[in-house]
Amino acid sequence: MSTPFYVSPQQAMADRAEYARKGIARGRSLVVLQYADGIVFVGENPSRALHKFSEIYDRIGFAAAGKYNEYENLRIGGVRYADLRGYTYDRDDVTARGLANVYAQTLGTIFSSVGEKPYEVELVVAEVGETPEQDQIYRLPHDGSIVDEHGSVAVGGNAEQISGYLDQRHRDGMTLAEALKLAVQSLSRDTNGSEREIPAERLEVAVLDRTRPQKRKFRRIGGRQLARLLEAGGAETASEAEGDTDSGGDVE
Amino acid sequence: MEANTHGTGRLPAAFLTPGSSSFMDFLSEHQPELLPGKRSLPPVKGVIEAPHGTTIVAVTFPGGVVLAGDRRATMGNVIAQRDIEKVFPADEYSAVGIAGTAGLAVEMVKLFQLELEHFEKVEGAQLSLEGKANRLSTMIRSNLGMAMQGLAVVPLFAGYDVDREKGRIFSYDVTGGRSEEQGYAATGSGSIFARGAMKKLFRDDLNEAEATTLVVQALYDAADDDSATGGPDVARRIYPIVTVITEDGYRRLTEDEASGIARSVLERRLEQPDGPRASLL
Repeated sequence: MSTPFYVSPQQAMADRAEYARKGIARGRSLVVLQYADGIVFVGENPSRALHKFSEIYDRIGFAAAGKYNEYENLRIGGVRYADLRGYTYDRDDVTARGLANVYAQTLGTIFSSVGEKPYEVELVVAEVGETPEQDQIYRLPHDGSIVDEHGSVAVGGNAEQISGYLDQRHRDGMTLAEALKLAVQSLSRDTNGSEREIPAERLEVAVLDRTRPQKRKFRRIGGRQLARLLEAGGAETASEAEGDTDSGGDVE
Repeated sequence: MEANTHGTGRLPAAFLTPGSSSFMDFLSEHQPELLPGKRSLPPVKGVIEAPHGTTIVAVTFPGGVVLAGDRRATMGNVIAQRDIEKVFPADEYSAVGIAGTAGLAVEMVKLFQLELEHFEKVEGAQLSLEGKANRLSTMIRSNLGMAMQGLAVVPLFAGYDVDREKGRIFSYDVTGGRSEEQGYAATGSGSIFARGAMKKLFRDDLNEAEATTLVVQALYDAADDDSATGGPDVARRIYPIVTVITEDGYRRLTEDEASGIARSVLERRLEQPDGPRASLL
């Protein structure tokens, strides 16, 4: 009979974290930015069917980097959690904070239980408020911690470099076109510093738009609307003082 | 009660089990006691007194469908509520109007709305109009036990079929039987009178404004002959709820619009109490 090797708890945890981080790093990064009228999600995604961003509830959106089947599972769990809570209490009682908490507990328990393999995912849960000050963005790394973010956040393989880039350039009250342009710029920088072009067809973009009259604030942006916004972003940075010229552009 | 009361606070296994996109299926596995149909009613003699909603009417027109309801809820001979709302949006392209036990109906609508929204979020696509109509059928069927004790809920479902590019109406019976109606339909205690009025006034080339006038006329006729249906209440400014669903989605007429139609109908009825007359041949 063989005796199992002794592995120190520190070592075991470090190994699991390393495993999860490597899995996440294989996926492409995505960014979530606040802008004047809401929160925008931007990522590179060649697939049109497998979304990285989706709606959880009226004001709450979800973004994930890493392994698709694992974050999809969490996404559906989140939708069920939110819908059940809204059904039992009221629609107003579903909050991003509550959801982020449940996700953190779930990820944390899976991460530290020896029987299960840690999830290779990093999530963002965002809630758009009545005003930009009330917006909430939570980043949830693989180990179950919660990071309360402001302004901009990046997750996925190249996240550290991208969020450094965003932190320097993101400012409050950007228009959607400006925020989108900044997001695309940040995503198109490679690890070695070189830049590459991301065509509009490979971009997945969604917003939580607080000006939307419906209860459900989440909507996807694609096709011609996206092309128009990307163009507007280019034009606006050329003449910075233009101000809020894109507000007509983002109407469906 | 909610998700994180189970043990460690992580999502319970039922939440992370892949499978159904239906919220009702999820509920029946995870918390069946929350489903309206799963409740058992103690045996009671006679009819249970609870507020009942009355008349709902719907009319299609080229490019869409109109669904409308009066505002009265009755309990026996008493008017339980004068301004009840019985027509609700189900999702962006459909609406549901409910006659029958008001309390159960409102709960059923809430669950139905959630069912459609849940499917849309999980699947990333909307159910077909037929699919929505079938879901509603299932919900009514699960209420059969209550219906046998006098707590029936009988909805009218109307929606814009994005694939066929036209408005469609589905009516139901207490057992969940579903049938598609051509042109116009009505449900509730005043439905016989409303249907008679619509039969004489309906044409298949109505425009939106005419269709909304037609439903208000039909509701007026229902209120005229059925004591449980409320007519336009000018003194309290309570007018029928009129909703229009077209390719632009669901829209409820504002109070001004609804009162405008109701008042013009009322105006003409002052001269001609029985309303517009159809020709004999």
